[in-house]
Amino acid sequence: MATLARLQARSSTVGNQYYFRNSVVDPFRKKENDAAVKIQSWFRGCQVRAYIRHLNRIVTIIQKWWRSFLGRKQYQLTVQIQRRWRGYRVRKYLFNYYYLKEYLKVVSETNDAIRKALEEFAEMKEREEKKANLEREEKKRDYQARKMHYLLSTKQIPGIYNSPFRKEPDPWELQLQKAKPLTHRRPKVKQKDSTSLTDWLACTSARSFPRSEILPPINRKQCQGPFRDITEVLEQRYRPLEPTLRVAEPIDELKLAREELRREEWLQNVNDNMFLPFSSYHKNEKYIPSMHLSSKYGPISYKEQFRSENPKKWICDKDFQTVLPSFELFSKYGKLYSKAGQIV
Amino acid sequence: MVAELATRPQNIETLQNAGVMSLLRTLLLDVVPTIQQTAALALGRLANYNDDLAEAVVKCDILPQLVYSLAEQNRFYKKAAAFVLRAVGKHSPQLAQAIVDCGALDTLVICLEDFDPGVKEAAAWALRYIARHNAELSQAVVDAGAVPLLVLCIQEPEIALKRIAASALSDIAKHSPELAQTVVDAGAVAHLAQMILNPDAKLKHQILSALSQVSKHSVDLAEMVVEAEIFPVVLTCLKDKDEYVKKNASTLIREIAKHTPELSQLVVNAGGVAAVIDCIGSCKGNTRLPGIMMLGYVAAHSENLAMAVIISKGVPQLSVCLSEEPEDHIKAAAAWALGQIGRHTPEHARAVAVTNTLPVLLSLYMSTESSEDLQVKSKKAIKNILQKCTYLPALEPFLYDAPPNILKHVVGQFSKVLPHDSKARRLFVTSGGLKKVQEIKAEPGSLLQEYINSINSCYPEEIVSKFFPELQVCALFRKFMRTP
Repeated sequence: MATLARLQARSSTVGNQYYFRNSVVDPFRKKENDAAVKIQSWFRGCQVRAYIRHLNRIVTIIQKWWRSFLGRKQYQLTVQIQRRWRGYRVRKYLFNYYYLKEYLKVVSETNDAIRKALEEFAEMKEREEKKANLEREEKKRDYQARKMHYLLSTKQIPGIYNSPFRKEPDPWELQLQKAKPLTHRRPKVKQKDSTSLTDWLACTSARSFPRSEILPPINRKQCQGPFRDITEVLEQRYRPLEPTLRVAEPIDELKLAREELRREEWLQNVNDNMFLPFSSYHKNEKYIPSMHLSSKYGPISYKEQFRSENPKKWICDKDFQTVLPSFELFSKYGKLYSKAGQIV
Repeated sequence: MVAELATRPQNIETLQNAGVMSLLRTLLLDVVPTIQQTAALALGRLANYNDDLAEAVVKCDILPQLVYSLAEQNRFYKKAAAFVLRAVGKHSPQLAQAIVDCGALDTLVICLEDFDPGVKEAAAWALRYIARHNAELSQAVVDAGAVPLLVLCIQEPEIALKRIAASALSDIAKHSPELAQTVVDAGAVAHLAQMILNPDAKLKHQILSALSQVSKHSVDLAEMVVEAEIFPVVLTCLKDKDEYVKKNASTLIREIAKHTPELSQLVVNAGGVAAVIDCIGSCKGNTRLPGIMMLGYVAAHSENLAMAVIISKGVPQLSVCLSEEPEDHIKAAAAWALGQIGRHTPEHARAVAVTNTLPVLLSLYMSTESSEDLQVKSKKAIKNILQKCTYLPALEPFLYDAPPNILKHVVGQFSKVLPHDSKARRLFVTSGGLKKVQEIKAEPGSLLQEYINSINSCYPEEIVSKFFPELQVCALFRKFMRTP
């Protein structure tokens, strides 16, 4: 009971107290709630993150192992592919064994062909040489036989090579029979070098009918066909040349004409010596000095009168040589018609 | 009269004592042209005989007079004067220089344009002798404009003129690449190549020499010569009767083949190797030398070409040369060529070893009579071949009589081959090779000892000890030490 009374007495204030206490707490309640939420969320976040990190690590390890496994497989495959490719490449392109064998076979075949060709060539050369030698021998023997033709045996007297004690004549005998005797060499007729137009005209005259050395055989078959009159043919063939004026002149006619002109002019000359216009050209006489100028052995030259030579002082034994030709400044001195062109 | 006397060499001494030079000099200035010609001819013969006389000709100042009158006289005089110049120029470079100094080159070049082939021949001969001595004189000849005229002379129908012109071009081109280039620029190569077919032997000899002098300087020149289509015609020249033609033809092929592998390939494809090998077989002495060198050059470029040389049966021929020839330099060349063939791969070394050339090479290396060059070359050849040789029957004789430095290589080769081949091992034992190897005394730790150890390790202990009881003792001792 007492408590009840106490409580009843307090009940009015309880309500107030209750209200105040709650309301006092209210503003903080939110704050504290928020704070608690924040803390909890942070903590949960940390937890989760830690978990995720852990998971990440595990996943990384798993992936690492998986990828390495994959890579190793790939590597084996790649290596196999590269191995095969490298073998193929070396065998085909860098050192193709079979190609080399083929090449060597081709080379040896070429060698054999060349050897055969060269041998044939050498044989051919040998044959040619032998033939040439034989021919030379033949010619020599023939020449000998022709020179010794007089040793041939006649009906009365057997020759050297036809001894009566032999069964058959010596081969030289037959050679001598075949050979034609050598004639003495006649002096060669000098041929005219220049074949001028007049020769051509001379050879076309009707008298110069060309005769061959050997006449044709008499009992030859007659040639077939109607023939033209022989005089007509000869006339036509040997019709004389009617050259134009230009062709009729010889090729060096200009030179010949000049020579002729010169000859004609020479006929008109009174004196053969060339006209020398200046008096100094006639002055050919040598100056004869007086007695006391000449020495014991003959007239001394002008230079020697004034100069004494001392051969021991000479530095070299050669005379002065003209290195540069003298220029013609004074060559016309005293020889001109007039004094106008003279240079000082 | 003097000219006729001068044709006999005995008379020349008496003539010289009679002071004939000054007489001839005055005769040269004579009015009558026949006297001038005969005097020039006599001078030429005198100068031809002896170089003192040629010097005397130069000293007496005859040359300027000759040069001056060369320009205007008739062709007989020109021939005689060119003969004098040739006779003087051939003895020494100083005399040739004296000729060039008095301005003879221009007049000689003018003579080359003359109509008469005899004059051209004499002028070309004089130019050839001048250009022969050294490069400056050749350059002087080329500067005087002689080369195009010489090329024209080659095309003339007279064979003697062709010969001289070809030899002049060859002597000009031989000194330096620029001169050779000048000759090629004048278009000489095409004409020379056409004339290879000419049957005259001396002409062929000069043409081949000219072509080889041109092609020896550089790759481009060699290629230009090859483009003139000389193969396979040149191979027919290798079969000619004349020794010089063969020699020059093989020289030409050698000069072409030595520059690059492609050119050697060309030569091989044209069948040149077989022709050269036949040519070597048919000649003797110095004529073989260019052919041998050509094989060496071809084999040196690459292993395929060396293989081509082997299958053309080159190795037996080279070994024949090596053993037959008396001259040392030819043997040295053959040894070098064999070394080049055998050094590429074991196949090549085997091909060389099969023909039993290695003992010959060894004997050449060891003999005291061979020259130093020969010894060096044979040693190099042996070394090169041995490093690749796996043909054991050929190597075995080496175990017995080789000097230590070669023995090292031989044993090394054995140690490489024996671990893999059981049949070879058996053969090695039965032929007594193993015994010989044991007998070799080597310093412990040296390369030789290692090789010997590796050979011994191929065989089981009993066999090794069968030969050497002391080794058995060692083995027992080792076993004893091992057991605690």
